Amino acid sequence: MATTNEYTPSTTTGRLANFVDSRVGASGMVKEFGRKIFPDHWSFMFGEVALYTFVLLLLSGTFLTFFFDPSMTHITYNGSYVPLKGIGMSAAMASTMDISFDVRGGLFMRQVHHWSALLFVASLSVHMLRVFFTGAFRRPRELNWVVGGVLLIMGLAAGFTGYSLPDDLLSGNGLRIIDGVMKALPIVGTYLSMFFFGGEFPGVHVIPRLYSLHIMIVPAVIILLLVIHLFMVVTHKHTQYPGPGRTNDNVVGFPVGPVYAAKAGGFFFIVFGIVAFISGLFQINPIWNYGPYDPSPVSAGTQPDWYIGFVDGALRLMPGYLGNFSFEWIIPFPWGDNTLVLSVLLPALVPAGVLFMVMFAWPWIERWVTKDNREHHLLDRPRNAPFRTAMGAAGVVFYCVMWAAASSDLIATHFHVALNDVTYWLRILFFLGPIFAFWITRRICLSLQRKDREIVLHGREAGIIQMSPEGGFSEKHEEVDVYKRFLLTSYNDNKYIPAQPDAAGHVSGSEKRRAALSKFFFEDRVAPVTPSELEAAHAAHGHHEVEGEKQDSIEK
Amino acid sequence: MGDHSHGSPEESGTVAKADDVAQDRFPDPGLPPHRPRLADRDPRAAKRHERQVALLFTISIIGTLFFFVAYFVLGRLGEMTFAELRVQNAALGLGTAFAMLGIGVGIVHWAKTLMPDHELVEQRHEISSEKDRQDAVDIIDTVIEETGIKRRPLIRNTLIGAIALAPIPAIFMFRDLDRTGKTAHQMIEQMRHTLWDTGVRLTRDPSGTPIKASDVQLGSAFHVIPEGLENAENMLNEKAKAVVLLMRMDPQEMNISEGREDWHVDGIVAYSKICTHVGCPIALYEQHTHHLLCPCHQSTFDLANECKVIFGPAGHALPQLPITVDADGYLVAQSDFHEPVGPSYWERG
Repeated sequence: MATTNEYTPSTTTGRLANFVDSRVGASGMVKEFGRKIFPDHWSFMFGEVALYTFVLLLLSGTFLTFFFDPSMTHITYNGSYVPLKGIGMSAAMASTMDISFDVRGGLFMRQVHHWSALLFVASLSVHMLRVFFTGAFRRPRELNWVVGGVLLIMGLAAGFTGYSLPDDLLSGNGLRIIDGVMKALPIVGTYLSMFFFGGEFPGVHVIPRLYSLHIMIVPAVIILLLVIHLFMVVTHKHTQYPGPGRTNDNVVGFPVGPVYAAKAGGFFFIVFGIVAFISGLFQINPIWNYGPYDPSPVSAGTQPDWYIGFVDGALRLMPGYLGNFSFEWIIPFPWGDNTLVLSVLLPALVPAGVLFMVMFAWPWIERWVTKDNREHHLLDRPRNAPFRTAMGAAGVVFYCVMWAAASSDLIATHFHVALNDVTYWLRILFFLGPIFAFWITRRICLSLQRKDREIVLHGREAGIIQMSPEGGFSEKHEEVDVYKRFLLTSYNDNKYIPAQPDAAGHVSGSEKRRAALSKFFFEDRVAPVTPSELEAAHAAHGHHEVEGEKQDSIEK
Repeated sequence: MGDHSHGSPEESGTVAKADDVAQDRFPDPGLPPHRPRLADRDPRAAKRHERQVALLFTISIIGTLFFFVAYFVLGRLGEMTFAELRVQNAALGLGTAFAMLGIGVGIVHWAKTLMPDHELVEQRHEISSEKDRQDAVDIIDTVIEETGIKRRPLIRNTLIGAIALAPIPAIFMFRDLDRTGKTAHQMIEQMRHTLWDTGVRLTRDPSGTPIKASDVQLGSAFHVIPEGLENAENMLNEKAKAVVLLMRMDPQEMNISEGREDWHVDGIVAYSKICTHVGCPIALYEQHTHHLLCPCHQSTFDLANECKVIFGPAGHALPQLPITVDADGYLVAQSDFHEPVGPSYWERG
């Protein structure tokens, strides 16, 4: 395009930028992102931690692929770790030993990879909890919530496929459990197991298969979802916490260039540094202690990586028998008996299934119950959504009971209690824990809201005792400043909405159920203080209790 | 408000609303006034922060150099003891940690103390305007119209059929993931069988030495594999099915069911070591209570009651291996297991 007044750069940067821009059109990008505003809050870091640990996983994982041999060929170990010299093992295990002992820094990279993986899933989980408890999943971000949930599942898949690769005793037992769970699936289970292992367990095929899943398919899906996730974050612009000057229509924060980019970029190095510190000083997965996989031995206190723990714990909690009733059902068919292994199927599929189903569906459940289909860019303080916070706490407790159950044997040995008692208690908590968590959390939230009302209405205790001319004592209260007062009174206050008739005047069954849920969630609520209430409070208490010189509290 | 005959219950006044007085809310006072930092007012403080950032970057440089020391000086490839390896690993980690933390903390410190800390305000925009949406719908309608797919159901239906069928071969391609080359029926039959057979000697795991009945004392337990296991094709597959626990307890204390009276030798009994829950090896035998405990999910089996489940998630008893003694006094199997070992599956019956 010939232009009459072409831009003439005068500096080196300008000339370089001009060169690039006139060929790829980068100025649009710079204009869009260079000063884009990002809100700042410590709780927004968890997603960043997930992103950065994923980058670390790619870096350290690529290094490991250069040395790892994903083969189950049986060989005799002849590396420099003396206690295992001459022992037969798979090539996968032997090359993992070589990475640890005969590649300088190899052990360090293995540990970076493993610790990053643990942190990756942990930060994903905490990030999702942050999003849930602040209501950031509401319109327009429901789909991004779902993408995030799938990312979490893919994180578990990545962790699981990688965990098994060294083919050591511990991970081999993990695969054995997977084999048992697969075989419990009705009709297709036995076939799935045969296809997965290439025949009977353990076979000689499963490690290379897990390897291609682990280094290609799963990371590719994660990267794809990550791009979609971040693209949607840019489209929606980031949510922000409520407060003075922050509305549903604006974004208050720091520009990408330079402040946000510096903070976020610097944070990558901090995450890297912390992971390196942990990996240098804290040993993880010492396969040389476990030895190669052998179907016969197993060590007591075996545990999966933490993120698989909740499924393993559910497996432990399930009783195989209730009295004389076995959860393995033998079903007589005309062609013979078949076995429905409910003792494995129920715990392996149902709790995790319920957890993820409710999690994925929650934005729509909440929208249905509250009839709130507005766009929300302002977050909720968790106390201001007692129903949601309580549901989240119930979910967390449900998860944590199963997670604790995965360590039932260690709980028993560390605290010197009977293993069976630990299991019985956890079985009770599995059902009652979430209910108590819901109830207690909601009460705490409502109390905190009442506390907020109290602060707005009566101010904050100044710690100054005054004596009135009549001789009475009272404590001076200072009125909160106008910014704090706005924060404490400007929340989204959900109310019980009774069942409403549709256009034909009929109240449908689903509407009645919605109303029942709405009543359950919102019957108890604490409304924000209104100006007239505050005025009434001032009038009732007189000026000696609520001191607030106008020029102090309302400065513009 | 207050008009009860119109609108939804929400707006009719039937629902208590504390803030029913329209918009009885405190006004937004706007952003709080900006407080300048020390470095914004005092050039000496700014200079101090500048030196701190530079110091942090210098720490990073030292960390990187330390990494090289750890890599070359502490590590002698292939001739390190385990303790030396640990020291090197810790040093590599610390070097990297300081190299990275120096950069990271330095940059964040720089951003927080020296870069502007004024929060800026940007307006949000509609994700997509009503007009754009309408235009998009029109374009899609036009595209669909021009293909004529609505007017020509024959094309549409055959296309749906073709697309539905085309991916199915890709699923069947995975049939040979099972590398045994056997039919499903043969495989399920194979799962029912182990290396144990009439006259196969019980040998110690892993040495493979045979066991005499007289070696097995009351209360003792042996980890057992079948003789000849090391020469078997697919040794690990066979071992995963054939491992056995051999224990001896007083026959008077055992409840023996009908048909199993001669499966033991003077109280020496053999049970499959593979847990019937999800297949972990049951490694723990407690001789006082004669219980077997699986370390993975704590299924507990009672040896006195033919290894029936007394606690935990397992759904059926451990299979028993019928044993006897041969002419030389060695323990041998009478036959294979009478039921499949290991976790349950659909075809187990």
